[in-house]
Amino acid sequence: MSHDHKPAEHAHPSGATYLKVAAILTLITVIEVWAYYIPALVSSPLFNPSLLIMSAAKFAIVVLFYMHLKYDHKLFKALFTGPLIVATGTIFALLFLFAKITL
Amino acid sequence: MASHAAAASHGAVAGHDDGHAHHHHTTTGLDHRKIAIWAFIGSECMLFASLISTYLIYKGKSLVGPFPHTEYVDAAGKVFKPILDIPVTSASTFVLLMSSLAMVLALQAVQLKGQPIPAGAGWWTRAQRSSQLWLGMTALLGATFLGFQAYEFTSFVREGLTLKTNLFGSTFFTLTGFHGAHVTVGVLWLMSLLWIDRTRGLTPKDELVVDICALYWHFVDVVWIAIFTLIYLIQ
Repeated sequence: MSHDHKPAEHAHPSGATYLKVAAILTLITVIEVWAYYIPALVSSPLFNPSLLIMSAAKFAIVVLFYMHLKYDHKLFKALFTGPLIVATGTIFALLFLFAKITL
Repeated sequence: MASHAAAASHGAVAGHDDGHAHHHHTTTGLDHRKIAIWAFIGSECMLFASLISTYLIYKGKSLVGPFPHTEYVDAAGKVFKPILDIPVTSASTFVLLMSSLAMVLALQAVQLKGQPIPAGAGWWTRAQRSSQLWLGMTALLGATFLGFQAYEFTSFVREGLTLKTNLFGSTFFTLTGFHGAHVTVGVLWLMSLLWIDRTRGLTPKDELVVDICALYWHFVDVVWIAIFTLIYLIQ
């Protein structure tokens, strides 16, 4: 077993990148809330999927840039994405089991 | 964690190898504490998935109001308006997002400590070196979020929604209450880091100590991102 220390992570983004990420997160949130107040959009079948996509995008941006998972060791990526996939699968399985979603 | 950092610092003073004090030899080559926080965050994904599932399964199953998005009139003719206050929650969501920005800037400030500030540097460059500013800002924004949540909970109770009123009340208060408890722990954690920074000063050697707190804080933020969409916006 090697005792060499592999680099746990690469260089983190700059302060300017963090500010850009915050601006993007704010913009997506503004779009989400704006859409909530437009009845024509709320009644559209695309409303809920659009919100879920925007939420997933915000989630991914925070995890990749603020939690530095984009730059971090693959073990950390596995430790997070593994349980996240199981957790998401559990939510969908339970919703399917209780007939909240159907095929 | 803080005591370990203090021990590492003490080791340096005592003349021990700094690198040895800070980086333990591990089979993975990675610090156990960082692996532990990621494993903990993974387990927290499962906890919040169960709470979110419960909320979604019981969504729309409440027999009596108040309801989240629709009006309800009880047998006595009393009208209950839709109870969720989107403008207030949008503001608290923005506050939590900004706290995540302050948190990464706090981590960056700790990493930059000791590096010379270029001559003629502007206020932003100087501000980026102030870990106390960003740690304090993060704790303040977290406390503000908790204030919004306290306001929301008390106004809901005044309007007739409690943990026992209906299925919506039970699942809503359980889910958002658990999240609020996590934010509270995060604020206390941040305040303890701020206290350490004010007393002995955080240095680049303490990067991991701040990074672990930052990972927890950002996780609390991403959970709220999911809650805001699933509970507040989707009708």
